Amino acid sequence: MFQSLGKYILLLRLSFRKPEKFSVYWSEVMREMVSVGVGSLGIIAIISVFIGAVATIQTAFQLVSDFIPKTIVGGITRDSTILEFSPTISALVLAGRVGSSMASQIGTMRVTEQIDALEIMGVNAPGYLISPKIIAGVTMIPLLVIVSVILGLVGGYIACAASNDVSTADYVTGLTDGFNPVIVTVCAVKAIFFGFIITSICSYQGFYTDGGSLEVGQSATRGVVWSCIMILFVDLIISRLLL
Amino acid sequence: MIEIKDIYKTFGDNEVLKGISAVFKPGKNNLIIGGSGSGKTTLLKCIVGLHDPTKGDVIFDGENFTDMDFEQRVPIRTKIGMLFQNSALFDSMTVEENIIFPLNLFTNQTKAEKLDRANFCLERVNLTGKNKLYPSELSGGMKKRVGIARAISMQPKYLFVDEPNSGLDPKTSILIDELINELTEEYKITTVIVTHDMNSVMGIGDHIIFLHQGKKWWEGSNKEIAHTDNQELNDFVFASKFMQAAKAKL
Repeated sequence: MFQSLGKYILLLRLSFRKPEKFSVYWSEVMREMVSVGVGSLGIIAIISVFIGAVATIQTAFQLVSDFIPKTIVGGITRDSTILEFSPTISALVLAGRVGSSMASQIGTMRVTEQIDALEIMGVNAPGYLISPKIIAGVTMIPLLVIVSVILGLVGGYIACAASNDVSTADYVTGLTDGFNPVIVTVCAVKAIFFGFIITSICSYQGFYTDGGSLEVGQSATRGVVWSCIMILFVDLIISRLLL
Repeated sequence: MIEIKDIYKTFGDNEVLKGISAVFKPGKNNLIIGGSGSGKTTLLKCIVGLHDPTKGDVIFDGENFTDMDFEQRVPIRTKIGMLFQNSALFDSMTVEENIIFPLNLFTNQTKAEKLDRANFCLERVNLTGKNKLYPSELSGGMKKRVGIARAISMQPKYLFVDEPNSGLDPKTSILIDELINELTEEYKITTVIVTHDMNSVMGIGDHIIFLHQGKKWWEGSNKEIAHTDNQELNDFVFASKFMQAAKAKL
Protein backbone atom coordinates (compact mmCIF):
# COMPACT_ATOMS: atom_id res chain seq x y z
CA MET A 1 0.00 0.00 0.00
CA PHE A 2 2.67 2.55 1.07
CA GLN A 3 4.98 1.29 -1.68
CA SER A 4 2.25 1.93 -4.26
CA LEU A 5 1.62 5.40 -2.83
CA GLY A 6 5.34 6.15 -3.07
CA LYS A 7 5.49 4.92 -6.68
CA TYR A 8 2.41 7.01 -7.50
CA ILE A 9 3.96 10.18 -6.07
CA LEU A 10 7.28 9.56 -7.83
CA LEU A 11 5.47 8.96 -11.12
CA LEU A 12 3.60 12.24 -10.73
CA ARG A 13 6.89 14.03 -10.08
CA LEU A 14 8.39 12.51 -13.24
CA SER A 15 5.26 13.43 -15.18
CA PHE A 16 5.77 17.13 -14.55
CA ARG A 17 9.43 17.33 -15.50
CA LYS A 18 10.40 19.98 -18.05
CA PRO A 19 9.19 18.78 -21.49
CA GLU A 20 11.72 18.00 -24.22
CA LYS A 21 9.78 20.24 -26.59
CA PHE A 22 6.80 22.27 -25.48
CA SER A 23 5.04 22.29 -28.87
CA VAL A 24 4.93 18.48 -29.06
CA TYR A 25 3.49 18.24 -25.54
CA TRP A 26 0.99 21.01 -26.30
CA SER A 27 -0.43 19.13 -29.27
CA GLU A 28 -0.78 16.04 -27.04
CA VAL A 29 -2.65 18.15 -24.45
CA MET A 30 -5.03 19.38 -27.18
CA ARG A 31 -5.59 15.83 -28.41
CA GLU A 32 -6.38 14.61 -24.89
CA MET A 33 -8.70 17.56 -24.27
CA VAL A 34 -10.72 16.65 -27.34
CA SER A 35 -10.76 13.01 -26.30
CA VAL A 36 -11.85 13.72 -22.71
CA GLY A 37 -14.12 16.70 -23.38
CA VAL A 38 -15.81 16.20 -26.72
CA GLY A 39 -15.67 12.43 -26.46
CA SER A 40 -17.56 12.41 -23.15
CA LEU A 41 -20.10 15.11 -23.93
CA GLY A 42 -22.79 12.71 -25.17
CA ILE A 43 -22.86 10.39 -22.16
CA ILE A 44 -22.65 13.33 -19.72
CA ALA A 45 -25.57 15.07 -21.48
CA ILE A 46 -27.77 11.98 -21.32
CA ILE A 47 -27.14 11.12 -17.67
CA SER A 48 -27.44 14.76 -16.56
CA VAL A 49 -30.87 15.30 -18.10
CA PHE A 50 -32.19 12.09 -16.53
CA ILE A 51 -30.64 12.77 -13.12
CA GLY A 52 -32.10 16.29 -13.06
CA ALA A 53 -35.53 15.00 -14.04
CA VAL A 54 -35.49 12.18 -11.48
CA ALA A 55 -34.24 14.49 -8.71
CA THR A 56 -37.11 16.89 -9.40
CA ILE A 57 -39.78 14.18 -9.49
CA GLN A 58 -38.54 12.51 -6.29
CA THR A 59 -38.21 15.81 -4.42
CA ALA A 60 -41.72 16.82 -5.46
CA PHE A 61 -43.02 13.39 -4.35
CA GLN A 62 -41.45 13.72 -0.90
CA LEU A 63 -42.58 17.30 -0.29
CA VAL A 64 -46.30 17.04 -0.91
CA SER A 65 -47.71 19.29 1.78
CA ASP A 66 -49.82 22.41 1.91
CA PHE A 67 -47.35 23.92 4.36
CA ILE A 68 -44.37 23.68 2.00
CA PRO A 69 -44.18 26.05 -0.97
CA LYS A 70 -43.78 24.28 -4.34
CA THR A 71 -40.82 26.50 -5.21
CA ILE A 72 -38.71 24.55 -2.73
CA VAL A 73 -38.51 21.70 -5.27
CA GLY A 74 -36.50 23.90 -7.64
CA GLY A 75 -34.17 24.96 -4.83
CA ILE A 76 -33.50 21.41 -3.66
CA THR A 77 -32.96 20.16 -7.20
CA ARG A 78 -30.53 23.03 -7.85
CA ASP A 79 -28.48 22.46 -4.70
CA SER A 80 -28.35 18.67 -4.99
CA THR A 81 -27.47 18.85 -8.70
CA ILE A 82 -24.72 21.44 -8.26
CA LEU A 83 -23.30 20.03 -5.04
CA GLU A 84 -23.51 16.31 -5.57
CA PHE A 85 -25.22 14.80 -8.57
CA SER A 86 -23.39 16.62 -11.36
CA PRO A 87 -19.80 16.51 -10.05
CA THR A 88 -19.87 13.11 -8.35
CA ILE A 89 -22.02 11.06 -10.71
CA SER A 90 -20.30 12.63 -13.74
CA ALA A 91 -16.94 11.77 -12.22
CA LEU A 92 -17.97 8.17 -11.53
CA VAL A 93 -19.19 7.80 -15.11
CA LEU A 94 -16.04 9.46 -16.46
CA ALA A 95 -13.88 7.12 -14.38
CA GLY A 96 -15.43 4.29 -16.37
CA ARG A 97 -15.31 5.98 -19.74
CA VAL A 98 -12.14 8.10 -19.67
CA GLY A 99 -10.17 6.38 -16.91
CA SER A 100 -10.42 2.85 -18.24
CA SER A 101 -9.50 4.07 -21.71
CA MET A 102 -6.39 5.85 -20.37
CA ALA A 103 -5.29 2.89 -18.26
CA SER A 104 -5.70 0.42 -21.11
CA GLN A 105 -4.04 2.74 -23.63
CA ILE A 106 -0.94 3.24 -21.47
CA GLY A 107 -1.01 -0.41 -20.36
CA THR A 108 -1.05 -1.60 -23.97
CA MET A 109 1.84 0.72 -24.76
CA ARG A 110 3.75 -0.82 -21.85
CA VAL A 111 3.21 -4.46 -22.84
CA THR A 112 3.95 -3.81 -26.53
CA GLU A 113 7.24 -2.06 -25.63
CA GLN A 114 6.09 1.33 -26.96
CA ILE A 115 7.00 2.93 -23.62
CA ASP A 116 10.45 1.31 -23.82
CA ALA A 117 10.78 2.78 -27.32
CA LEU A 118 10.01 6.25 -25.94
CA GLU A 119 12.55 5.87 -23.14
CA ILE A 120 15.27 4.66 -25.47
CA MET A 121 14.70 7.70 -27.70
CA GLY A 122 15.38 9.86 -24.63
CA VAL A 123 11.76 10.89 -24.12
CA ASN A 124 10.50 11.28 -20.56
CA ALA A 125 7.72 8.70 -21.02
CA PRO A 126 5.66 9.66 -17.92
CA GLY A 127 5.81 13.31 -18.94
CA TYR A 128 4.83 12.66 -22.54
CA LEU A 129 2.08 10.16 -21.75
CA ILE A 130 0.66 11.21 -18.39
CA SER A 131 0.97 15.00 -17.99
CA PRO A 132 -1.21 15.80 -21.05
CA LYS A 133 -3.89 13.45 -19.68
CA ILE A 134 -3.83 15.08 -16.24
CA ILE A 135 -3.95 18.59 -17.74
CA ALA A 136 -6.86 17.53 -19.96
CA GLY A 137 -8.61 15.97 -16.95
CA VAL A 138 -8.36 19.00 -14.64
CA THR A 139 -9.50 21.38 -17.37
CA MET A 140 -12.14 19.42 -19.29
CA ILE A 141 -13.87 17.55 -16.45
CA PRO A 142 -14.85 20.84 -14.70
CA LEU A 143 -16.25 22.05 -18.05
CA LEU A 144 -18.18 18.82 -18.43
CA VAL A 145 -19.53 19.25 -14.91
CA ILE A 146 -20.74 22.78 -15.79
CA VAL A 147 -22.53 21.33 -18.83
CA SER A 148 -23.91 18.59 -16.58
CA VAL A 149 -25.30 21.14 -14.07
CA ILE A 150 -27.03 23.13 -16.81
CA LEU A 151 -28.52 20.02 -18.43
CA GLY A 152 -29.52 18.60 -15.02
CA LEU A 153 -31.53 21.73 -14.28
CA VAL A 154 -33.01 21.59 -17.80
CA GLY A 155 -33.96 17.97 -17.09
CA GLY A 156 -35.78 19.12 -13.96
CA TYR A 157 -37.65 21.72 -16.00
CA ILE A 158 -38.67 19.09 -18.54
CA ALA A 159 -39.91 16.84 -15.71
CA CYS A 160 -42.02 19.70 -14.34
CA ALA A 161 -43.43 20.48 -17.77
CA ALA A 162 -44.27 16.83 -18.38
CA SER A 163 -46.01 16.28 -15.04
CA ASN A 164 -48.41 18.29 -12.93
CA ASP A 165 -46.50 17.91 -9.65
CA VAL A 166 -44.84 21.33 -9.81
CA SER A 167 -45.45 24.14 -12.28
CA THR A 168 -42.52 25.29 -14.39
CA ALA A 169 -42.96 28.80 -13.01
CA ASP A 170 -42.59 27.50 -9.42
CA TYR A 171 -39.57 25.43 -10.48
CA VAL A 172 -37.79 28.40 -12.08
CA THR A 173 -38.59 30.60 -9.09
CA GLY A 174 -37.17 27.89 -6.82
CA LEU A 175 -33.98 27.76 -8.85
CA THR A 176 -33.24 31.41 -8.20
CA ASP A 177 -34.54 31.76 -4.63
CA GLY A 178 -31.93 31.69 -1.89
CA PHE A 179 -29.06 30.91 -4.17
CA ASN A 180 -25.73 30.70 -2.31
CA PRO A 181 -22.77 31.09 -4.72
CA VAL A 182 -20.49 29.01 -2.47
CA ILE A 183 -22.10 25.83 -3.84
CA VAL A 184 -20.66 26.66 -7.28
CA THR A 185 -17.20 27.00 -5.75
CA VAL A 186 -17.61 23.63 -4.01
CA CYS A 187 -18.77 22.09 -7.28
CA ALA A 188 -15.75 23.50 -9.17
CA VAL A 189 -13.27 22.36 -6.52
CA LYS A 190 -14.76 18.86 -6.56
CA ALA A 191 -14.63 18.70 -10.36
CA ILE A 192 -10.96 19.73 -10.48
CA PHE A 193 -9.99 17.17 -7.82
CA PHE A 194 -12.03 14.44 -9.49
CA GLY A 195 -10.38 15.21 -12.85
CA PHE A 196 -6.97 14.84 -11.26
CA ILE A 197 -7.92 11.63 -9.44
CA ILE A 198 -9.34 9.88 -12.52
CA THR A 199 -6.47 10.73 -14.87
CA SER A 200 -3.58 10.26 -12.45
CA ILE A 201 -4.76 6.99 -10.86
CA CYS A 202 -5.71 5.37 -14.16
CA SER A 203 -2.46 6.52 -15.82
CA TYR A 204 -0.50 5.12 -12.88
CA GLN A 205 -2.24 1.75 -13.15
CA GLY A 206 -1.61 1.64 -16.89
CA PHE A 207 2.03 2.71 -16.62
CA TYR A 208 2.94 -0.07 -14.22
CA THR A 209 1.16 -2.82 -16.14
CA ASP A 210 3.29 -5.94 -16.31
CA GLY A 211 2.45 -8.91 -18.50
CA GLY A 212 0.06 -9.14 -21.44
CA SER A 213 -3.47 -8.34 -22.55
CA LEU A 214 -5.02 -9.96 -19.46
CA GLU A 215 -3.00 -7.64 -17.19
CA VAL A 216 -3.99 -4.62 -19.30
CA GLY A 217 -7.64 -5.40 -18.54
CA GLN A 218 -6.85 -5.88 -14.86
CA SER A 219 -5.02 -2.53 -14.75
CA ALA A 220 -8.00 -0.77 -16.31
CA THR A 221 -10.35 -2.37 -13.77
CA ARG A 222 -8.05 -1.44 -10.87
CA GLY A 223 -7.80 2.11 -12.20
CA VAL A 224 -11.58 2.51 -12.33
CA VAL A 225 -12.18 0.91 -8.91
CA TRP A 226 -9.53 3.01 -7.15
CA SER A 227 -10.70 6.15 -8.92
CA CYS A 228 -14.29 5.56 -7.75
CA ILE A 229 -13.20 4.94 -4.18
CA MET A 230 -11.00 8.04 -4.11
CA ILE A 231 -13.72 10.18 -5.75
CA LEU A 232 -16.16 9.27 -2.99
CA PHE A 233 -13.55 9.77 -0.27
CA VAL A 234 -12.43 13.18 -1.61
CA ASP A 235 -16.11 14.14 -2.10
CA LEU A 236 -16.64 13.61 1.61
CA ILE A 237 -13.50 15.55 2.58
CA ILE A 238 -14.32 18.54 0.34
CA SER A 239 -17.96 18.62 1.48
CA ARG A 240 -16.84 18.58 5.11
CA LEU A 241 -14.20 21.26 4.63
CA LEU A 242 -16.04 23.70 2.37
CA LEU A 243 -19.65 23.53 3.53
CA MET B 1 32.36 1.71 -29.81
CA ILE B 2 30.47 0.23 -26.89
CA GLU B 3 32.26 -1.46 -24.04
CA ILE B 4 30.52 -3.49 -21.35
CA LYS B 5 32.52 -4.34 -18.26
CA ASP B 6 31.68 -7.07 -15.81
CA ILE B 7 27.88 -6.75 -16.06
CA TYR B 8 25.82 -8.45 -13.36
CA LYS B 9 22.03 -8.33 -13.16
CA THR B 10 19.93 -9.86 -10.43
CA PHE B 11 16.14 -10.03 -10.12
CA GLY B 12 15.33 -10.95 -6.52
CA ASP B 13 17.32 -14.13 -5.88
CA ASN B 14 17.73 -14.88 -9.56
CA GLU B 15 21.13 -13.87 -10.92
CA VAL B 16 20.50 -13.54 -14.67
CA LEU B 17 23.82 -12.04 -15.80
CA LYS B 18 27.08 -13.10 -14.22
CA GLY B 19 29.96 -10.81 -15.06
CA ILE B 20 29.73 -10.27 -18.81
CA SER B 21 32.36 -8.14 -20.56
CA ALA B 22 32.63 -7.40 -24.28
CA VAL B 23 33.57 -4.72 -26.80
CA PHE B 24 31.24 -3.90 -29.70
CA LYS B 25 33.02 -2.17 -32.57
CA PRO B 26 31.57 0.29 -35.13
CA GLY B 27 30.68 -0.93 -38.60
CA LYS B 28 30.27 -4.49 -37.33
CA ASN B 29 27.24 -6.65 -36.66
CA ASN B 30 27.72 -7.70 -33.05
CA LEU B 31 25.47 -10.65 -32.29
CA ILE B 32 24.42 -11.81 -28.84
CA ILE B 33 23.19 -15.38 -29.10
CA GLY B 34 22.08 -18.01 -26.62
CA GLY B 35 19.22 -20.25 -25.65
CA SER B 36 15.99 -19.10 -24.04
CA GLY B 37 16.62 -17.74 -20.56
CA SER B 38 20.35 -17.32 -21.15
CA GLY B 39 20.07 -13.57 -20.43
CA LYS B 40 20.56 -12.06 -23.89
CA THR B 41 17.55 -9.72 -23.83
CA THR B 42 18.36 -8.73 -20.24
CA LEU B 43 21.90 -7.89 -21.37
CA LEU B 44 20.54 -5.78 -24.23
CA LYS B 45 18.20 -3.95 -21.84
CA CYS B 46 21.13 -3.29 -19.49
CA ILE B 47 23.16 -1.85 -22.36
CA VAL B 48 20.42 0.52 -23.55
CA GLY B 49 19.49 1.56 -20.01
CA LEU B 50 16.06 -0.04 -19.72
CA HIS B 51 17.49 -2.04 -16.83
CA ASP B 52 20.20 -0.77 -14.49
CA PRO B 53 22.90 -3.42 -14.04
CA THR B 54 23.33 -4.63 -10.47
CA LYS B 55 27.07 -4.25 -11.02
CA GLY B 56 29.29 -3.30 -13.93
CA ASP B 57 29.64 -0.51 -16.48
CA VAL B 58 28.34 0.27 -19.95
CA ILE B 59 30.58 2.70 -21.80
CA PHE B 60 29.55 4.48 -25.01
CA ASP B 61 32.65 5.95 -26.71
CA GLY B 62 34.39 6.57 -23.39
CA GLU B 63 31.31 7.90 -21.55
CA ASN B 64 30.09 5.77 -18.67
CA PHE B 65 26.35 5.42 -19.35
CA THR B 66 25.67 3.50 -16.12
CA ASP B 67 26.72 6.41 -13.88
CA MET B 68 24.51 8.95 -15.66
CA ASP B 69 21.09 10.19 -14.56
CA PHE B 70 18.12 10.57 -16.94
CA GLU B 71 19.06 14.08 -18.14
CA GLN B 72 22.71 13.16 -18.71
CA ARG B 73 21.71 10.12 -20.74
CA VAL B 74 19.56 12.08 -23.22
CA PRO B 75 22.45 13.16 -25.54
CA ILE B 76 23.58 9.51 -25.82
CA ARG B 77 20.03 8.23 -26.21
CA THR B 78 19.49 10.51 -29.21
CA LYS B 79 22.36 8.64 -30.88
CA ILE B 80 20.68 5.29 -30.21
CA GLY B 81 18.28 3.58 -32.58
CA MET B 82 16.46 0.44 -31.53
CA LEU B 83 14.36 -2.12 -33.35
CA PHE B 84 12.14 -4.08 -30.97
CA GLN B 85 11.05 -7.68 -31.28
CA ASN B 86 7.46 -6.61 -32.04
CA SER B 87 8.58 -3.38 -33.70
CA ALA B 88 6.92 -1.24 -30.96
CA LEU B 89 5.52 1.25 -33.46
CA PHE B 90 3.20 3.86 -31.98
CA ASP B 91 -0.30 2.59 -32.85
CA SER B 92 -1.93 6.01 -32.87
CA MET B 93 0.53 7.41 -35.42
CA THR B 94 0.96 6.82 -39.14
CA VAL B 95 4.19 5.39 -40.54
CA GLU B 96 5.38 8.90 -41.37
CA GLU B 97 4.50 10.26 -37.91
CA ASN B 98 6.35 7.35 -36.29
CA ILE B 99 9.51 8.22 -38.20
CA ILE B 100 9.21 11.97 -37.66
CA PHE B 101 8.43 11.61 -33.93
CA PRO B 102 12.04 11.71 -32.63
CA LEU B 103 12.86 14.51 -35.09
CA ASN B 104 9.96 16.57 -33.67
CA LEU B 105 11.29 16.19 -30.15
CA PHE B 106 15.02 16.50 -30.59
CA THR B 107 15.71 18.60 -33.70
CA ASN B 108 14.79 22.05 -34.94
CA GLN B 109 14.27 20.92 -38.52
CA THR B 110 11.49 22.46 -40.60
CA LYS B 111 8.45 20.42 -41.51
CA ALA B 112 9.76 20.00 -45.07
CA GLU B 113 13.16 18.79 -43.83
CA LYS B 114 11.53 16.26 -41.52
CA LEU B 115 9.31 15.03 -44.31
CA ASP B 116 12.35 14.68 -46.59
CA ARG B 117 14.11 12.66 -43.91
CA ALA B 118 11.06 10.42 -43.42
CA ASN B 119 10.83 9.81 -47.16
CA PHE B 120 14.55 9.05 -47.33
CA CYS B 121 14.30 6.55 -44.46
CA LEU B 122 11.26 4.88 -46.04
CA GLU B 123 13.05 4.66 -49.39
CA ARG B 124 16.04 3.14 -47.60
CA VAL B 125 13.86 0.32 -46.26
CA ASN B 126 11.93 -0.09 -49.53
CA LEU B 127 8.65 1.29 -48.25
CA THR B 128 8.32 4.35 -50.46
CA GLY B 129 4.79 5.75 -50.49
CA LYS B 130 3.59 3.97 -47.35
CA ASN B 131 3.69 7.22 -45.33
CA LYS B 132 0.02 7.45 -44.44
CA LEU B 133 -0.58 3.85 -43.39
CA TYR B 134 -1.13 2.95 -39.74
CA PRO B 135 0.84 0.11 -38.08
CA SER B 136 -2.32 -2.03 -37.98
CA GLU B 137 -2.37 -1.92 -41.79
CA LEU B 138 1.17 -3.33 -42.14
CA SER B 139 2.46 -6.90 -42.34
CA GLY B 140 5.03 -8.18 -39.81
CA GLY B 141 7.93 -7.63 -42.20
CA MET B 142 6.74 -4.12 -43.09
CA LYS B 143 6.45 -3.25 -39.40
CA LYS B 144 10.06 -4.35 -38.89
CA ARG B 145 11.16 -2.18 -41.80
CA VAL B 146 9.24 0.83 -40.45
CA GLY B 147 10.88 0.09 -37.08
CA ILE B 148 14.27 0.23 -38.80
CA ALA B 149 13.29 3.45 -40.61
CA ARG B 150 12.33 5.02 -37.28
CA ALA B 151 15.53 3.74 -35.67
CA ILE B 152 17.73 5.37 -38.35
CA SER B 153 15.76 8.64 -38.62
CA MET B 154 18.07 10.39 -36.15
CA GLN B 155 21.19 9.02 -37.92
CA PRO B 156 22.20 6.86 -34.93
CA LYS B 157 25.72 5.88 -33.99
CA TYR B 158 24.44 2.81 -32.18
CA LEU B 159 21.75 0.43 -33.38
CA PHE B 160 20.21 -2.20 -31.12
CA VAL B 161 18.06 -4.93 -32.55
CA ASP B 162 16.05 -7.42 -30.50
CA GLU B 163 15.13 -10.65 -32.31
CA PRO B 164 14.82 -9.09 -35.80
CA ASN B 165 13.61 -12.33 -37.39
CA SER B 166 10.99 -13.45 -34.92
CA GLY B 167 7.65 -14.12 -36.56
CA LEU B 168 8.99 -13.61 -40.09
CA ASP B 169 9.25 -16.06 -42.97
CA PRO B 170 12.82 -17.09 -43.96
CA LYS B 171 12.91 -14.88 -47.06
CA THR B 172 11.77 -11.74 -45.20
CA SER B 173 14.19 -12.60 -42.38
CA ILE B 174 17.09 -12.59 -44.81
CA LEU B 175 15.93 -9.26 -46.29
CA ILE B 176 15.82 -7.71 -42.81
CA ASP B 177 19.29 -9.09 -42.01
CA GLU B 178 20.67 -7.72 -45.27
CA LEU B 179 19.11 -4.34 -44.59
CA ILE B 180 20.63 -4.15 -41.10
CA ASN B 181 23.98 -5.26 -42.51
CA GLU B 182 23.92 -2.61 -45.27
CA LEU B 183 23.05 0.18 -42.83
CA THR B 184 25.74 -0.95 -40.39
CA GLU B 185 28.46 -0.95 -43.03
CA GLU B 186 27.29 2.16 -44.85
CA TYR B 187 26.92 4.44 -41.82
CA LYS B 188 29.59 2.73 -39.67
CA ILE B 189 27.01 2.09 -36.94
CA THR B 190 27.82 -0.01 -33.88
CA THR B 191 25.08 -2.61 -34.22
CA VAL B 192 24.18 -5.04 -31.47
CA ILE B 193 21.71 -7.77 -32.40
CA VAL B 194 20.08 -10.27 -30.07
CA THR B 195 19.05 -13.33 -32.00
CA HIS B 196 18.79 -17.08 -32.01
CA ASP B 197 18.29 -17.29 -35.76
CA MET B 198 21.06 -19.39 -37.30
CA ASN B 199 20.70 -17.74 -40.71
CA SER B 200 21.54 -14.42 -39.07
CA VAL B 201 24.43 -15.95 -37.15
CA MET B 202 26.00 -17.50 -40.24
CA GLY B 203 25.04 -14.63 -42.57
CA ILE B 204 25.90 -11.40 -40.76
CA GLY B 205 27.70 -12.46 -37.55
CA ASP B 206 30.89 -10.36 -37.73
CA HIS B 207 31.32 -10.64 -33.98
CA ILE B 208 29.35 -13.09 -31.89
CA ILE B 209 29.09 -13.61 -28.16
CA PHE B 210 27.37 -16.75 -26.94
CA LEU B 211 25.65 -16.58 -23.56
CA HIS B 212 24.97 -19.66 -21.51
CA GLN B 213 23.59 -19.69 -17.96
CA GLY B 214 24.13 -15.94 -17.70
CA LYS B 215 27.81 -16.09 -18.60
CA LYS B 216 29.78 -15.33 -21.75
CA TRP B 217 30.61 -18.84 -22.90
CA TRP B 218 32.23 -18.15 -26.26
CA GLU B 219 33.26 -15.20 -28.44
CA GLY B 220 34.26 -15.15 -32.10
CA SER B 221 33.00 -14.66 -35.64
CA ASN B 222 30.68 -16.62 -37.93
CA LYS B 223 33.75 -18.05 -39.65
CA GLU B 224 35.05 -19.47 -36.39
CA ILE B 225 31.75 -20.78 -35.09
CA ALA B 226 31.68 -23.84 -37.37
CA HIS B 227 35.04 -25.04 -36.11
CA THR B 228 34.64 -24.47 -32.42
CA ASP B 229 34.98 -27.33 -30.00
CA ASN B 230 32.83 -25.58 -27.39
CA GLN B 231 30.25 -28.24 -26.54
CA GLU B 232 27.43 -25.92 -25.37
CA LEU B 233 27.83 -23.71 -28.44
CA ASN B 234 27.82 -26.71 -30.75
CA ASP B 235 24.70 -28.03 -29.05
CA PHE B 236 23.03 -24.65 -29.57
CA VAL B 237 24.13 -23.85 -33.13
CA PHE B 238 23.96 -27.33 -34.60
CA ALA B 239 20.83 -28.49 -32.79
CA SER B 240 18.92 -29.24 -36.00
CA LYS B 241 19.72 -32.08 -38.39
CA PHE B 242 19.88 -29.52 -41.20
CA MET B 243 22.63 -27.59 -39.44
CA GLN B 244 24.46 -30.80 -38.58
CA ALA B 245 24.42 -31.77 -42.28
CA ALA B 246 25.62 -28.27 -43.23
CA LYS B 247 28.48 -28.58 -40.74
CA ALA B 248 29.47 -31.95 -42.14
CA LYS B 249 29.90 -30.39 -45.58
CA LEU B 250 32.17 -27.63 -44.26
